[in-house]
Amino acid sequence: MNELIIEPGRTEKNYWTDIWRFRELFLFLAWRDLLVRYKQTVIGVLWAVVRPFLTMVIFTILFSRLAKLPSVGTAPYAILVMAGMLPWQFVSGCIGNSSESMVSNSSLISKIYFPRMIVPSSSVVTSFVDFLITLVLMAGMMGWYRFAPDWRLVALPLFIALSFACSLGVGLWLSALMVEYRDVRHIVPFIVQFGMYVSPVGFSSNVVPEKWRTLYSLNPLVGIIDGFRWSLMRGQMQLRWQSLVFSVVITILLFVSGTWYFRRTERTFADVI
Amino acid sequence: MSDAIITVENLGKRYRIVHQRQSGKTLRETLTTAGRGLVRGLIPNGKRSGEDAPAQESEEFWALRNISFEVKQGEVVGIIGRNGAGKSTLLKVLSRITEPTEGRVRLRGRVASLLEVGTGFHPELTGRENIFLNGAILGMRREEIKRKFDEIVDFAGTEKFLDTPVKRYSSGMYVRLAFAVAAHLEPEILVVDEVLAVGDAEFQKKCLGKMRDVASGTGRTVLFVSHNMVAVQSLCHHTVWLERGRLKESGPAALVIGSYHSDGMRSNYASDWEDPATAPGNAMMRIRRISISDDNEPECTMLTMQTEIRIETEYTVGETDDLLHITYHLLNDRGITVLTSWSKPTVYSARKYRAVCKIPGNLLNSGKYSLNLFIVRNENSVIYSKEDMASFDVKDMAQRDTAYLGREPGIVQPSLEWRIEGPLRQ
Repeated sequence: MNELIIEPGRTEKNYWTDIWRFRELFLFLAWRDLLVRYKQTVIGVLWAVVRPFLTMVIFTILFSRLAKLPSVGTAPYAILVMAGMLPWQFVSGCIGNSSESMVSNSSLISKIYFPRMIVPSSSVVTSFVDFLITLVLMAGMMGWYRFAPDWRLVALPLFIALSFACSLGVGLWLSALMVEYRDVRHIVPFIVQFGMYVSPVGFSSNVVPEKWRTLYSLNPLVGIIDGFRWSLMRGQMQLRWQSLVFSVVITILLFVSGTWYFRRTERTFADVI
Repeated sequence: MSDAIITVENLGKRYRIVHQRQSGKTLRETLTTAGRGLVRGLIPNGKRSGEDAPAQESEEFWALRNISFEVKQGEVVGIIGRNGAGKSTLLKVLSRITEPTEGRVRLRGRVASLLEVGTGFHPELTGRENIFLNGAILGMRREEIKRKFDEIVDFAGTEKFLDTPVKRYSSGMYVRLAFAVAAHLEPEILVVDEVLAVGDAEFQKKCLGKMRDVASGTGRTVLFVSHNMVAVQSLCHHTVWLERGRLKESGPAALVIGSYHSDGMRSNYASDWEDPATAPGNAMMRIRRISISDDNEPECTMLTMQTEIRIETEYTVGETDDLLHITYHLLNDRGITVLTSWSKPTVYSARKYRAVCKIPGNLLNSGKYSLNLFIVRNENSVIYSKEDMASFDVKDMAQRDTAYLGREPGIVQPSLEWRIEGPLRQ
């Protein structure tokens, strides 16, 4: 029989094995979020297609037709926008879902023990399903434009993993802060909106002047979006090592510090929430 | 020591209550406090307690302090106490929802807590979906839930509504389904808080039965919090009594519950009512004094099981031609009426009188007693009644011949005649 000791300030040795033990809870919470998401809606899961599609159309008109921004290489502008929207939608969705997740599951947190990190991380799954649907949409568009990706596609999972880590890092920070400071709820829409302007979603990062590029690359999404475009658009969007390295380093920092802060505050969640 | 499945040592949990000062708060002050609060919040734990923010006054409050007890494998332990005594905090610490401020707990086995039925139910999901979700939340594996699915549905009695969202359930159905899931958990230690406060009588009976099975059939350990003393007494071997965060008493359930019941009773051996206007009674009869004493030694303050108890009642009577008499009900600390006795119905003139009643020695068992008063007119109608007119404590001070030194069970403990005859012829 395994023995467990509860003491103040004791960091549990078996926290990570506990997460493994509660993996089914992780899946069930994700499954619940997915089930609940489109209940009592008329077009249901179609929303996951309609939203990115309309956004793509609007961005294409806005940035290509009106602002006359150039595409890269021979790629149609719509493909450029879609390749940028894939990671952006995923990351912003994750940030929105996971920051709210602790508070919306407060009844669970104040009544039942489980490793709390399961909550924000399982909320990411919903956004990932949306991401997969958008990816199918992207495949359809590539067929329509007869623009097939090449061998660089194999690198896509790496960039997906990078965006996972980045959004989970931010999500851990925000969800833990939200437990005590509901101010976060008002900050998140602002972060998402601001992030949209400072990330190359509707345009390529090539249009950013050379002298601002280093500063611009501090936004980890720049590296991620460029990576997505490089991988999906036959390398026509070139991969800048500087922004990629920045992106990886900042993502690791966010993830590690987010985990650290979450673990430090986790033990008092039930008292504060 | 070796067979203790739960060991609690000097456990304490402190909360900080923050009183926000309301008056004279400017926007600038609000902003600076907010800023400081945010900065302090970012430095987790420890550092914060030292320097207190000027605009906030915080007060420390120990929800639990110096709690130590042990629970053995297979025991059912009741945790009792008044509201705010710290019962729920104790369970929260034991089930790792919140961490203690001091002391330690050693648990040997998986703990599942059932702190409120229906935790984690999602209103939009159907009954079937919620069984799986709730099972997972309470720590069951999917195969385990699948295996027990029919049993759970059967216990809850909600087959027909399995595919209806639970938001359309009646509250009774909701609770039944939730309890059914929880009742089929199989942890080594089950923590249950006030689940019996809901549901109808029949369902409560079913729940109690299930809990008894859980404890006796499988040797699992159950911690059970309830305000229902009958349930605690009938389910639990041991009871821990908390009061204002401290451990008041722990031991065999019957003993602890007895002292829990009698704790609220005060002993008033004599009461006087100087002012006729506030004296208990009505225009026909008013009680002016009631006293309880030792009939043989009026100065003695302790009543024992051997004492002949004298109950004196002084009263004034108004103008009336009706027959009047006083009736007393003697209640023990469990609210059971031990005996009833009354004075002779009499036609009084408007004066003051004294009624003296004696309860013989060697009759009452030890414990706390209280008297309920009734004033009766013409032998059939109660014109006045008052509970808890007086209360007193009967102590067990006699030397016992037997080896057992605890309180003997029984509502009364009269000394009966025993005679041994024989040796008899075969």
